[in-house]
Amino acid sequence: MTGVVWLLRRFVASVAIIFAVVTLVFILIHVAPGDPCVGSEEGGTQDPVMCPLLTRQFGLDQPLHVRYGRYLLQLLHGNLGYSFSLHRPVSGALAETIPFTLQLAGVALLIDFLLGLGLGIYQALRVNRLPDVVLSNVTLFVYSLPTFWLALVLLLLFAEKVKLFPLGGPSDPILCPVIDSAYCLADRIWHLVLPAFTLGLVGAAGTARFQRAAMLEVAQQDFVRTARAKGLSERGVVLQHQLRNALLSFITRFGLTLPFLLTGAVLIETIFAWPGMGRLAVNAILTRDHALVTATALIASTLVVSGNLLADILIGIADPRVRVPADGGPETSLVPA
Amino acid sequence: MTLGTWFALLVAIILAAEAVRAVRHRAFGSERWRRFFRHPTAAWGVGILAFLVIVAVAAPLIAPFDPDRQLDIIGLKNHPPSWTFLLGTDVLSRDVWSRIVYGARVSLGIGGLGALVAVSVGSLVGAVAGYYRRWVDAVLMRTVDIGLALPRIFILLMAVALWDRLPFWVLVLAIGLTSWFGTGRLVRAEVLSLRERDYVLAARALGAGAGGVIFRHVLPNAAAPVIVSAALGVGNVLLLEASLSFLGIGIRPPTPSWGNMIADGAPSVYTAPWTTVAAGLAISLVVMSLNAVADGLRDALDPHEEGGAT
Repeated sequence: MTGVVWLLRRFVASVAIIFAVVTLVFILIHVAPGDPCVGSEEGGTQDPVMCPLLTRQFGLDQPLHVRYGRYLLQLLHGNLGYSFSLHRPVSGALAETIPFTLQLAGVALLIDFLLGLGLGIYQALRVNRLPDVVLSNVTLFVYSLPTFWLALVLLLLFAEKVKLFPLGGPSDPILCPVIDSAYCLADRIWHLVLPAFTLGLVGAAGTARFQRAAMLEVAQQDFVRTARAKGLSERGVVLQHQLRNALLSFITRFGLTLPFLLTGAVLIETIFAWPGMGRLAVNAILTRDHALVTATALIASTLVVSGNLLADILIGIADPRVRVPADGGPETSLVPA
Repeated sequence: MTLGTWFALLVAIILAAEAVRAVRHRAFGSERWRRFFRHPTAAWGVGILAFLVIVAVAAPLIAPFDPDRQLDIIGLKNHPPSWTFLLGTDVLSRDVWSRIVYGARVSLGIGGLGALVAVSVGSLVGAVAGYYRRWVDAVLMRTVDIGLALPRIFILLMAVALWDRLPFWVLVLAIGLTSWFGTGRLVRAEVLSLRERDYVLAARALGAGAGGVIFRHVLPNAAAPVIVSAALGVGNVLLLEASLSFLGIGIRPPTPSWGNMIADGAPSVYTAPWTTVAAGLAISLVVMSLNAVADGLRDALDPHEEGGAT
């Protein structure tokens, strides 16, 4: 029973956090100088006849609290508003870009976790021997690379020097504007390789470092010694006893990584001309597109919050020790990373 | 590169190596430092960081050219690396090596100061929340929850867009004030357990005020996680500044920062990659050194290892 109450409390708290983020972003973007009509550096309508008309139509002449109230009312009806810079409803623009970001982030996440977990476990099996030492240094190096810089270097090496992959974009614009054949699917994957690897590689290095440390921490626990004393093989000890327990802290990492792949994709999408949500968000901020900025912030914060919630629920299922927090507070259930 | 700048560079390297040797010498006397140097990369990290700090401080001696001077916009544009121009010249014919050297001041400065702001605010908030508990804790920790859910790069983009020519200290504050949430949560957890210790009770029984207890007894004992997160924080801030500069809203040109150098070189990265590659490697080197040092510190400051068999 307490579990349900806890879940309910967490859910309400999560909604409150998202609401607070949206409010904050709403105020910030409306207070920032330059509205879509006056025009900032790029975009915006500057027509002297249209401007007052548009200002009135979108209610930009109203005081902040009135606009905020209207926005919330629309949001409750599921209406995300109208984008000034794209001249279309925000929901349409998001529906078009989110699938691209999901493809990129999904593949990157897969590379991150498969490669990262694999390396981390492999290193834990060979602690302080040559492969482990080499890999430790390699992951330390890759983990420290600025992602967008790695993107530029990989482009330079594998798209310009060796013309192995395309320079950018989601697909061949002439042959494959939409994916309708096996050839076009292959084309999409071919375009995905570099951006997804850039994102995934840096993530995988972090995951590998994290997983190795988690495995070694578990290695010092008594039950591992017991398992070894029972006469289990080294491989059995590591895979059966260490790995299963080290995966618990990996769940927390999983929850924390989920939103990062979307926000981390901002620069990668810009460099690879990938028409995803991150690029949309950056353009929205630069053109003071109020509705679009608030909507992307809404999505980003929802991801962060639900990532945390998902991790906590998964940990609760996997680890009976943290199932019911003593005082019901939200943080008590967070396993220290 | 003149003879003088080569000599200055050599002196910087010797000084950095000497610094590592001095720290290592102390290691013999202290269990902690011995644990720190058990990480083979930690010593390298200290050495590289020391070298770069020396370079940043002595920039006028080490840089062969004025970093902002356009030497010859036609003849020396995107000149490949040579003995005169160690790392080549950029698209405006400025010497890349000189800009890297001066950029160290800006980038390390932003990293250090930004992390200082973040760690100070985070520690203070965490300590106050953990010490007072009740509603103070609730309010502060909900703030942290919101802060962690904020899409930070968006917030920075918007905050930065408020200024046309962003002053250095505003950028530092903006980055610092959006980076403290994790530290805050970390310190609070630490303080929650520390405040129940006997020595805190003793201090309070002797009439110490809340401020005295927090600053004299609680925070110093929570230093270990703070120091580690500070080391990692410097790297994170550096990367964040680089991302912002790459989007054209960090440090404004012509002042060189490693971030805006990557951006400067990006349009011509296929024909003249040296500007972008050099600046990116400089960032990676610092972040890598900081991560290595943080690894060492984590071991050195780990109370579980205190007095353990080595």
